[in-house]
Amino acid sequence: MEILIPKTLDEALALMAERGGELTPIAGGTDVLVSWHSREHESLKLLDLSRLGAELGSIRFSDEHLHLGALSTYWQAIDNAQVREEFPLLVAAAKEVGAIQIQTRGTWAGNIGNGSPAADGVPALLACDAVVVLSSKSETVEAPLHEFWTGYKQTVRQSDQLIVEIKVPRRDRDFQHWHKVGSRAAQAITKVGVAMAHDAEGWRIAANSVAPYVVRCRAVEKALDEGRKFGRPEDLEELLAADVAPIDDIRSTGEFRRKVLARIIYFGLAEPSIKPLADVGA
Amino acid sequence: MDRIEVSFILNGEAAKQSVPADARLLDMLRYDCDATGTKEGCGEGECGACTVLLDGLPVNSCLVPAFQVEGREIESVESTSAELAETMNAVGAAQCGACTPGIVMTTRWLAEHPDVLDQIPIRMFMAGNLCRCTGYDGVIEGVNRVLGRPGEEEV
Repeated sequence: MEILIPKTLDEALALMAERGGELTPIAGGTDVLVSWHSREHESLKLLDLSRLGAELGSIRFSDEHLHLGALSTYWQAIDNAQVREEFPLLVAAAKEVGAIQIQTRGTWAGNIGNGSPAADGVPALLACDAVVVLSSKSETVEAPLHEFWTGYKQTVRQSDQLIVEIKVPRRDRDFQHWHKVGSRAAQAITKVGVAMAHDAEGWRIAANSVAPYVVRCRAVEKALDEGRKFGRPEDLEELLAADVAPIDDIRSTGEFRRKVLARIIYFGLAEPSIKPLADVGA
Repeated sequence: MDRIEVSFILNGEAAKQSVPADARLLDMLRYDCDATGTKEGCGEGECGACTVLLDGLPVNSCLVPAFQVEGREIESVESTSAELAETMNAVGAAQCGACTPGIVMTTRWLAEHPDVLDQIPIRMFMAGNLCRCTGYDGVIEGVNRVLGRPGEEEV
């Protein structure tokens, strides 16, 4: 096993330029270290990002965006009053990523970079139109999150690039909903989950554990944008056939996932889990 | 496996260890620091038996590589007051005891940050510490006692 420990982002990007293809970036370790004993890790070459906190560790707001530094954790979002107020969807998702021991270590960027189809931090980011900021030694570019994955654990990140930030647009969202279905109420990997939001730009419906990567449900979004009302969950099921491709695995079956996704969208539309600000206290 | 040197603060005292490069914080505590109070449960970040505080936040020490601990502060169950453990013990928060060090650490953090409960209910907050014996009622009762709150039945 080889460990490279850069002290600055410039150092890290220089290492990525030289050897990015063989390096695994590690932040909180909540993916990399799972079942460490039984996993082949002798050949791993790790690029430790943990010393880059000064450059990548903060959560801040600009006029247009919430900026989640690549090392910012779920707990930092939960613990931030302004994030709680403006991005309740992100906070609701963050609270259901494992429990506090994972929330204090797991990063939003790691959830994106690891590319698991079950990633719980990702549907909420997709529903909020997040953008991934990628840096290499020579340039910094942006990729919309909904274009970030190209297949199971495949991403557009080039071998010399690191995720340095996630930008989430600040907008008035008049509808937000988050629902996760797992084997238990807490601390479970998602069988099927959904994050939904509506703002001036339209509907965003994102689902996890129903495709090779976390996806937007475009057919459902389009129907909602056109003003279609759904009288029963089965109508959503038909549309979802074009949007998702759930599989049978150790946690659930494809059929269960498709049916449940239709229902959690249907019931979410009727009664969102996050109340619009104007209703709070009413 | 190559070895690495790691300097850190453990329970308020400066420590320095030479450990295999692939050691986890949990391994370093148990095998090198004689801090065997921290237990390994699942080894995959689910059960919370190995919970310690890293720079003041609860983490699963089985998911923290030792090389990331350089210059940081760790508090393990050895630094927790006997009073806290006794308070929990008195109401049946422990049976076999395998999960107890982790539960004690999470409870201790909660006692130091009770405002968190404005956002997250106790049972959800404790979800990162699995217990196969108690059925959790004893654990939750113990947490309530430590926090000086009425138990669930009395609410």
